[in-house]
Amino acid sequence: MKRYLILEDGSVFPGRSFGAPLTTTGEIVFTTGMTGYQETITDPSHNGQIIAFTNPQIGNVGINRADYESIKPTCKGVVVRSLDYHPHHHETTMSLDAFLKQEGIPGIEGVDTRALTRRIRTEGAMKASLVDAADEHAFDQLKALVMPKDQVQQVATTKPYPSPADGHRVVVIDLGLKHGLLKMLAHYNCNVTVLPYKTDAKKIFALAPDGVLLSNGPGNPHDIHGVAEMIQAVEGKIPVFAIGLGHELFAMANGAATYKMKFGHHGFNHPVREIATGRIDFTAQNHGYAVDPASINNDQLLVTHIETNDKTIEGLRHRLYPAFSVQFDPEGTPGPHDAIHLFDEFMEMIDAFNLQKQRRQV
Amino acid sequence: MAKRHDLHKILILGSGPITIGQAAEFDYAATQACQALHEEGYETVLVNSDPDTIMTDPGVADRTYVEPLTFEFIAQILRKELPDAILPTMGGQNGLNLTMELANSGILEELQIELLGTNLAAMSQTEDHELFKNLMHKLQQPLPASRSLHNLKEAFQFAQQIGYPVIIRPAATTGGLGGGIAHNKKELQPLVRSALKQSPIKQVLLEDSIAGQKEIEFEVMRDHLDNALVVCEMENFDPVGIHAGDSIVFAPTQTLSDRETQRLRDASLQIVRALKIEGDCSIHFAIDPKTGNYEILAVNPRVSRSSALASKATGYPVATVATKAAIGMALDEIPMPLTDKTSAAFEPSLDYVACKLPRWPFDQFARANRHLGPQMKAIGEVMAVGRDVEEALLKAIRSLELGPDIFHPDRIEKASDGQIIEQLIHPQDDRLFYLFEALRRGYQPDELSELTKIDFFFLDKMAHLVAIEQDLKAHPDDHDTLWEAKRNGFSDRAIAYWWHEQPDAVRQFRISEQIKPVYKGIDLSAGEFPPETPYYYSTYEMENESQPSDLPAVIVLGSGPTRIGQGIGFDYTTVHCLRAIQKAGYAAIVINNNPEMVSTDFAVVNKLYFEPLTVEDVLNVVELEQPAGVIVQFGGQTAQQLAAPLAKHGVKILGTPVTAQKMIRNRDAFSKIIRQLQLLQPDEQIATSVEAAEAVADKMQYPVLVRRPDDRLGDQALMIAYQKEELHGYLSDHYQVAADKPVLITQYVTGKEYEMDAISDSQNVMVPGILEHIEKAGVHSGDSMAVYPPQGLSTDMQEQLTKDTQKLAVALHCQGMLNVKWIVHDQQAAVIAVNLNASRTVPFLSKVTHLPLTQIATQVILGASLLELTKVEDVKPHSVGVHVKAPVFSFTKLAKVDSMLGPEMKSTGEVMGSDLELDKALYKAFEAAHLHLPRFGNILFTVADPDKKRARSLADRFHEIGYQIYATAGTAQYFQKHGVPVHIVRKTHEATPNILTAIRDGQVQGVINTMHEDGTTTSAGFRIREAAVQAGVPLLTSLETTDALLRVMEERSFATRPL
Repeated sequence: MKRYLILEDGSVFPGRSFGAPLTTTGEIVFTTGMTGYQETITDPSHNGQIIAFTNPQIGNVGINRADYESIKPTCKGVVVRSLDYHPHHHETTMSLDAFLKQEGIPGIEGVDTRALTRRIRTEGAMKASLVDAADEHAFDQLKALVMPKDQVQQVATTKPYPSPADGHRVVVIDLGLKHGLLKMLAHYNCNVTVLPYKTDAKKIFALAPDGVLLSNGPGNPHDIHGVAEMIQAVEGKIPVFAIGLGHELFAMANGAATYKMKFGHHGFNHPVREIATGRIDFTAQNHGYAVDPASINNDQLLVTHIETNDKTIEGLRHRLYPAFSVQFDPEGTPGPHDAIHLFDEFMEMIDAFNLQKQRRQV
Repeated sequence: MAKRHDLHKILILGSGPITIGQAAEFDYAATQACQALHEEGYETVLVNSDPDTIMTDPGVADRTYVEPLTFEFIAQILRKELPDAILPTMGGQNGLNLTMELANSGILEELQIELLGTNLAAMSQTEDHELFKNLMHKLQQPLPASRSLHNLKEAFQFAQQIGYPVIIRPAATTGGLGGGIAHNKKELQPLVRSALKQSPIKQVLLEDSIAGQKEIEFEVMRDHLDNALVVCEMENFDPVGIHAGDSIVFAPTQTLSDRETQRLRDASLQIVRALKIEGDCSIHFAIDPKTGNYEILAVNPRVSRSSALASKATGYPVATVATKAAIGMALDEIPMPLTDKTSAAFEPSLDYVACKLPRWPFDQFARANRHLGPQMKAIGEVMAVGRDVEEALLKAIRSLELGPDIFHPDRIEKASDGQIIEQLIHPQDDRLFYLFEALRRGYQPDELSELTKIDFFFLDKMAHLVAIEQDLKAHPDDHDTLWEAKRNGFSDRAIAYWWHEQPDAVRQFRISEQIKPVYKGIDLSAGEFPPETPYYYSTYEMENESQPSDLPAVIVLGSGPTRIGQGIGFDYTTVHCLRAIQKAGYAAIVINNNPEMVSTDFAVVNKLYFEPLTVEDVLNVVELEQPAGVIVQFGGQTAQQLAAPLAKHGVKILGTPVTAQKMIRNRDAFSKIIRQLQLLQPDEQIATSVEAAEAVADKMQYPVLVRRPDDRLGDQALMIAYQKEELHGYLSDHYQVAADKPVLITQYVTGKEYEMDAISDSQNVMVPGILEHIEKAGVHSGDSMAVYPPQGLSTDMQEQLTKDTQKLAVALHCQGMLNVKWIVHDQQAAVIAVNLNASRTVPFLSKVTHLPLTQIATQVILGASLLELTKVEDVKPHSVGVHVKAPVFSFTKLAKVDSMLGPEMKSTGEVMGSDLELDKALYKAFEAAHLHLPRFGNILFTVADPDKKRARSLADRFHEIGYQIYATAGTAQYFQKHGVPVHIVRKTHEATPNILTAIRDGQVQGVINTMHEDGTTTSAGFRIREAAVQAGVPLLTSLETTDALLRVMEERSFATRPL
């Protein structure tokens, strides 16, 4: 079945339909990660987006039961150059095509994804549709489309739930968290309680956690209300680690501003330098917004990490409190594990803070 | 931290001559390394023995030594130059072995010379299997069960313990030399014996065979701050068990999940950090497809073949970055060439698929054992880039230049199902084509995967291609089918086959249907950053990125995959041609497909098209670029054979007119010119039957040369027949002469052979020098040792040859380079071959004359007059001393190839020995070629009857310097009769101990064998030569070479005589 990917700027990319045979609209982004399409597609941070893969061969290992990053994918569409309909891997349970059909997500294959990437690179992320006919009507509808602002609400939990273990008590504020984050905390044996992002500080204090982790998530941090205030109340009293959207909110809570990037960072070959040590980690990234360096209040925040190519702020630390944040996904899934040491730092921060507290009490 | 300021002078070790397992990739590496060090302000000293390399060009290093890569010479250079450090990681396994030898001798410590990049501990930990095992154990990295051993008994015990099959790997060899798989005790014994012999540290690894698992390679980079990254992830199509150099390879990996990929990445980074490598390292993994569990197969702590592939597959210049990391620069301090956006702290993301196919020498060595295994046999490789696996694979196949019929070779089409299955289970070089045939016959990808252990993914893609073939067959001249086929990599020629049309007709139809290729950039970042690299591949997509250059452009056709007879020398000439084009103010554009080469480095050109070298692919680029012309003279056969068809399509071929090429291929026309110029050529006559050929030969008198009639290049003589029986046998059994397959019988003149390269602007001709061959005519010129300047040619004769060559050049309207081979006998010179292109001796001649011959020729091709050029440039050869070029062979890697030198070329590389006197130059050449006889010992003679007289005097001379002479009965009798004391050994077919055991057991230190090649592998001559090659005993098959070697030995010994 012939299909078209149409962009807000008027460009048309023909291809063939796969996945669910639906018309869809969303924000078009490209990701340069070469593996892990299952994780990418199920990453809640892609909520509302049509994901184009720059790696032309997608679907080769199918879908397996272990690599979901959410229970239900909420991206709006998938764009690939060459789709593998006959995946073969010892873990495969179904093909990507079957999976997208099952999940009601449309896809388009056979697209000149490099031309598309170059388009997005020069024109920026924009609205796009997958349609059966690239006619005037389709473009009119696309132009009229107002992008939703409640993405976090769509993907984050509305009810608290525990993931018990016998290590540190960590509260995770779910802004659209990836399962990889929970797997990582499980690896550290953390006694986790996941809370809705609208949870206020009082409820958090009531749980008396050792640390608070703000998760990744989709969309514009400006559309999220109440979280910055919660952070302001919590920081200094409980160690905080914030990731992705959480990092943007952490920055805003401490006086910084965020901006929308031209086409964001989506992929996992982004080199990030830890300024203090010069250490470079290759990180998995998936963000369309970033913290404005000019807005940093140097009394409160210290820039700890930058992306070496475009110098985007990738990490912050509070000057007074045990609180830090990174823009990228240190857990990978998909992507490199170079920055997993940040979870060690979080655990060490918790230990040091607890020790201090004990000393003060003595 | 920035680069180190405590270092000033750095010595770079090259890898020596091209052999199987160690090819042109190290020229690319060392050239990059020299340039990188130069950029950072270090003084560089380079040592390499191969004159055909770009690295040994003036200007690449500050000082270049073309000297043997042996301890003796390197030590002397170290003492003379006193460098602060050695960069050992650019010279392949040879470079590392030599470095370890230097380190162990104590000279590095004595002279306070540091090792850069890879430290000694890392070298030992990756070379010595026990140390390696210990390290991996410490890192908790899994390895296949293995043990390193030093004798046969231990081998039997261990094999018993882990169970057969087992893999045998000699320690510290390259290209898997001497490796094999044993399925039982009987197979194990000879393999372990020969492996022990091959290993320089006399150690052998026995390993549990995990043949059949997936093989994955990670190319890793690390700096001294411990930052590390993965440059490229590659997946072998062929499972573990076939050497990676003989495997089809795809980048990026295709069949791994992200979890699996990240596990391998974690392991790779952990290993490179543990080894503290400052630079590049490649790590091979085996993955069990049933569980995803991995094991470490090998770690190469240096730049390697896969580094070159990774560089070309990603655009990340591995050797440059590795060099800069070795001098203390952090990865994020190293800028990427031609981009200001990124530093070397960047992991490439690919938005295409690159496919590497090995190129084997079996078209040359038809009788070789073609089975693939742990020992590498490929001599070269091609890479192709496409938007998916199918396109990349088909583009790579046509880059191999295996002929128009390779997709459907007769013998494969005719093979029975049983034969096909046999070929799939016991793979040879052409398994890929058997797989296609099996799919055509309806075998399913999963069945084939079960049989071959090749991942289903790849077979499924091949099945897709076969399905497209069916579509093509069913829908001739259909737009949609054509588009689908083109998008999946089908050539016009392949489509023409299924449509029963001419390729040109398909081309015209395709163009009329507006189906044309576009060109996409290879830019490291999958399009995320604006591409600044002028590096392109073709595909069938929406958007074209390559804009024709603003400057008038000249396109140069490269030489394609390295083969025997088409080596690294043509990369040398291609690169020089490109430079001259740039200097002349044109945009230099190259089309080539060999990832090992300097000419496929986008940094050396204005634009690189990484494309197959076929008429279709070249025409497509020409159409886009609209160049001033195309140069074909420097790319060897690959480029030359495209000249006529391109000209037919209206492409302007610069330089010598295509008609002149045609003329020298036409026997009558050429003979007419020879007569007109009053030159001589050996008698020749065409025959269309065995009887006619015999009659011709009788008239000319034996020996005669047998050649293909259309071959005027003199490079492809088929055989020398010394008597009627040989001619009869060859023509009836091998060549199958017939009316439509005539043969050319040429008189075989025994005389000295001379070779001249000249540059002509069609009126004036410059002859920079004459090379004198040491071996008699009849040994292929590429396999001959050659001396410059000639030692046995009178000045008159030199002048005459020069004049005659000039006359020929003018008569043939040569504009550019030509090569003429002469045979001189009784003060008479006859032309035996003319080649209107740069020959393989051009790099050597450029080195010894200090003249940029290719650049001069390019200027001439671009229209400059030689007279004008000589006014502004000094074009007189400046040569001091004597220079010897010697061939290097790879027989140890190729079972069942006869090492007897003859009219077919067999050498894979060459070395140069230069000194003030001939004997010293010869010594160096022999040393550089590793043809080394000890000062005393036993030497074995088995010579053909006509050679006995000359052999006797050689034997006498060996005896004089302290050698005992061994010979079989016939030769021994003759020697004894003439007063040479000799030990008799039994013949090959006689009971042991016989001549074969004498060779195998190390009783003799050298073998001289001139028994004719009869085309079988059962003859005594063949078996003796095979035994010598396998046992690593120096083997000489020409009495002239023996004489030269003796001269050297005599020069270095004293005459001891009783009073």
